[in-house]
Formats: sequence, structure tokens, C-alpha cells
Amino acid sequence: MVFRLLKYGLSHRYPVTGDIPATPDLKPRYDVVIIGGGGHGLSCAYHLARYHGIRRVAVLEKGWLAGGNTSRNTTTIRSNYLTPQGIAFYKEGLELFAAMSDELDFNIMFSQRGQLTLAHTEATMRAFHTRAEAGTYMGTRIEVVDPKGVEALCPELNMDYGGALEILGGLWHADGATARHDAVAWGYAAQAARCGVEIHQRTEVDGIEIAAGRVTGVVTSRGAIACDHVLIACGGMNYHVAQMAGVELPIRTYPLQAMVTQPVKPWLNILISSVSLHTYLVQSSRGEVVIGGGSDPYQLYSTRSTLDMKEHLAEGSVHLFPFLQGVRVLRQWAGITDMTPDYSPIMGASPVTNLWLDCGWGTWGFKATGVAGKRLAECIATGRVPAILHPFALERFERFALLNEMGATAASH
Amino acid sequence: MKLLTCPMNGPRNIDEFQYLGPVRDDADPDTASDAAWARHVFRAANPPGRLLEWWRHVPTNFVFVAERDTVSNDVIRTFDPATAERP
Ligand SMILES: Cc1cc2nc3c(=O)[nH]c(=O)nc-3n(C[C@H](O)[C@H](O)[C@H](O)COP(=O)(O)OP(=O)(O)OC[C@H]3O[C@@H](n4cnc5c(N)ncnc54)[C@H](O)[C@@H]3O)c2cc1C
Repeated sequence: MVFRLLKYGLSHRYPVTGDIPATPDLKPRYDVVIIGGGGHGLSCAYHLARYHGIRRVAVLEKGWLAGGNTSRNTTTIRSNYLTPQGIAFYKEGLELFAAMSDELDFNIMFSQRGQLTLAHTEATMRAFHTRAEAGTYMGTRIEVVDPKGVEALCPELNMDYGGALEILGGLWHADGATARHDAVAWGYAAQAARCGVEIHQRTEVDGIEIAAGRVTGVVTSRGAIACDHVLIACGGMNYHVAQMAGVELPIRTYPLQAMVTQPVKPWLNILISSVSLHTYLVQSSRGEVVIGGGSDPYQLYSTRSTLDMKEHLAEGSVHLFPFLQGVRVLRQWAGITDMTPDYSPIMGASPVTNLWLDCGWGTWGFKATGVAGKRLAECIATGRVPAILHPFALERFERFALLNEMGATAASH
Repeated sequence: MKLLTCPMNGPRNIDEFQYLGPVRDDADPDTASDAAWARHVFRAANPPGRLLEWWRHVPTNFVFVAERDTVSNDVIRTFDPATAERP
């Protein structure tokens, strides 16, 4: 890395190499077609090509690479969930993130600075104790801290807000981290392309072909393609795309909004989140304060922003850090998210043979970009769903075997 | 702020309303199979396009139905299901 950088800097003509090849012509047939060129689809393509020798793979993206939720999220990476099944999965996801820059030879700016979730009620404190016990048992770094502990971790916090919403304690997750989201997508895309995967941008899928209960191909805006396997990894459009194959997912689609402030001096060196205020903050390496919160109140397939949601985020932020009141908002945006009833994803097989699902990632799927792609590549390559994915099967909604992560997901993402 | 027209109170700011989700048919408790129950509980209409949905005007506790486009976010109509025919 160091020598390459030096060589690059000292060379007279900077070599201009694009990381992602231009979109090639579509071939009539591929082994695997991945619908959706976000982080998840690209990660699956990479793992198929790199670890399973499956290289005749096409990633089809209707817009531009990672233009969906992958580059709209607020990059919280954590494993402090509630269920053992959930924690085991997200823990593997976090470990893959920690190794990702080396794995992809692409600096994803992984920064493991820890996440502190705040409690303003006794009920939240009780829930924190449960999560701390579950997380410790599963081998993650997590503990409940009292108000003194909170102050030690983040001295800038306004602890009492005049007594209205005083901070009673927190859940400290030393494993919590952040990374550069677009770099994650670019890293996977560049390495997948190097292994022979084709990435087709501006290629929209509008039909999925099925014969005798088995997937046989897809219809795209640039023509039809035959294939043996299809993966659906379409973020906010998962419900709609699965319907093309007659699969009705238990998903409702809601926007999620976020914003960043103008850059300020570094002062916040951990991830902060408040359940009661529905607000979380992280300071980016550029100094901008990234602020996110809860979902929009009603179903919508639109990335418009609303003043009332932004006001809500600003209010929560000023509650926690009153000195932010004069700081200006620099950018604001939204993504559309595919929410499941239990706040856990849907991964693995579908009722159609060889049609695989990587869906229901809602407001929390960035942290799983590596692990979901890795495990779904395993499904496609071996035809078997690995044990770690069993709890996330679509049939859990027929068996009433939900994996409830609502409390551990709300406002922390 | 976006306005929603309540059949009883007229146009009001949308933050005066609570969203109660897509209209769905009830499962028959005497005859529905387990699978039908599961469908009823967990699956709801979620089309990109026209959706019929329940809303409540919170201050007056008035519950009604809206037809809204979930891509453009245009409200096509609102009505009181007690007096209007459902399409
Ligand atoms: C504001 C916001 C904040 C978030 N914060 C966090 C966070 O802090 N931590 C976290 O872990 N997660 C977070 N998330 C969730 C996370 O962003 C997503 O779960 C994750 O990025 C999903 O990745 P993906 O690759 O599955 O989907 P996407 O990145 O959305 O990619 C799907 C792609 O499919 C394409 N597509 C759709 N339909 C078609 C079609 N018919 N044909 C071809 N292509 C199609 C889309 O154009 C899109 O590029 C947040 C989300 C939002 C919106």
C-alpha cells in the first residue's frame, strides 16, 4: 500500500484507471443474475466469483451503482441486537467489516469507535440490561453504564435537559463502528469486476421468468436473459421486484430520512443514539455531523424529504448537544426502506426454485453488506441454506416464528 | 406541511393524523386456516401506486379511508367508509 502510493505520487503521468468497467453488452445467458447493484448485490457477486469460482454473474442495476440505500445510509455498524440468532449474524457482519479494507484492497475507512445508546426511561434501562446479557453471552463487547459512565464516554452530552428527559444510563457497545458506504460498494464492485463479474448499470429488470416452479431468466430494459439463479437484492423495491415472480413478501415500504450539518471541529468521537428522542448522531471524518432518526409515518415509494422530519432530527440533536443550535444543515436526503413486521431481514430460499431472497433490510442493512452477500453466495453455490440463515427464512411468517428486533432497531439502525 | 382532507373536519395538516395502514379484508375466525391467518396478520398491500388505507384524525378521533398514490404521494380521495361504497 505505502509503496504503491509513493510510486503513484511520484509518477509523471498519473495512471487513470477506472475501478468499475463500463457497462458491457448483455449476454444471452449467465449462471447467476443479481437484481440490484447496491452493496448487498455486489457483495454476493464478489463472494460468488472469488470464493466459489462462479464468474458468469451479471449484476443488473436500474440506476447507477449503489445509488439506492447503500449510499444513503448513516453507516452505523453494530451487533447489539436482542435475539441470539440476530446477534450471531450481525457479529459475523461486523467482523467482515473489520477485515474489509484488506480483503478488498480498498480503504473503506472502517472506524471502530464504539456506540453509546442512551436511556431516558426505566423501561429502556431494563431493555438495555437484557441486551447486554444477551450480547455478552454471544461474545460481543457490550455493557450497561450509569450516568457517570455516560458522562465519561461523552462529556459534551446535556445530561438532564432541565429534568425533562434526563439521561438515566446507556448501553455501551465497544464493537460499534462506522465506514464509508460508497467505498464498500466500490470495493466489492471493483474486485468482483476483476474476477469477471459483469456490472450492468442503467439496466432495469421488469419481469422474472419461471417455468415449472423454477426460475429461468429475467426480462430487462435491454432485453431478456436466461440464467440458472436469480438473487433479489433491490432495497426499497424488494416487494415490487419479488412480485414479478409471484412472491408476496411481508414488507411495507417507508422512507427514512437523514441529514448532515456543515463541517465542524472534531468533538464527537463515538456513535450516539437516543431511543426516546428518535435521534442518532455520528461525526464524519470530514467533520460533518450525520443525523438520523425514525422512519416516516406512512408508506411511500418516494425519496422526498419533509420539513417536519428534519425539525424532529434537529430537535433531538439540540436536546443532546445544545451547542449544535447555531450549526447549519448542509445536506438532507431520504431512502426508501423495505420494512418487515419483526425488523429482521428475509434471506434464503423463496417458493420459486433458485430464486433467492436478500430482502427486508429496511433501515438496518448496511452493517450486513458483507455477511449477507457472503452467505447468499453460499446458498447459490451449494444449493443449501447455511444454518446461520435459517432463522431469517421467509417461512417464519407462516410458522409465527418471528425474530423480533424492533426494540434493538428503532432509531439506531 | 402536507394537507389531508378529513371527511368530517376538512383539510388539516397531516401531522394531526395517525396512519393506520392499508385496508385489508378480515379473516373469518371460524373458517380461516393457519396459513390464511398468517397472511392476514403479516401481509399488507404495498404497491408502488394506488393504495386504500385507514387514517385517523387524532383530535376528533375520526377514522376514515384515503386513496393515495404511494409513488407521487398525491391523495386521490378520502371518504367515510360508513357512508361511501368501497370500490
Ligand atoms: C437514511 C438511511 C439511513 C440508514 N442507516 C443505516 C445505518 O446506519 N446502518 C445500517 O446498517 N443500515 C442503515 N440503513 C439501511 C441500509 O442503507 C440498507 O439496508 C442497505 O444499504 C441495503 O443495501 P442493498 O444493497 O440491499 O440495497 P440498495 O443499496 O438500496 O440497492 C438496491 C439497488 O437495487 C436497484 N433496483 C431496484 N429495483 C430494480 C430493478 N427492477 N432492476 C434493477 N435494479 C433495481 C436500486 O436502484 C438500488 O441501487 C439506512 C437506510 C437509509 C435510507
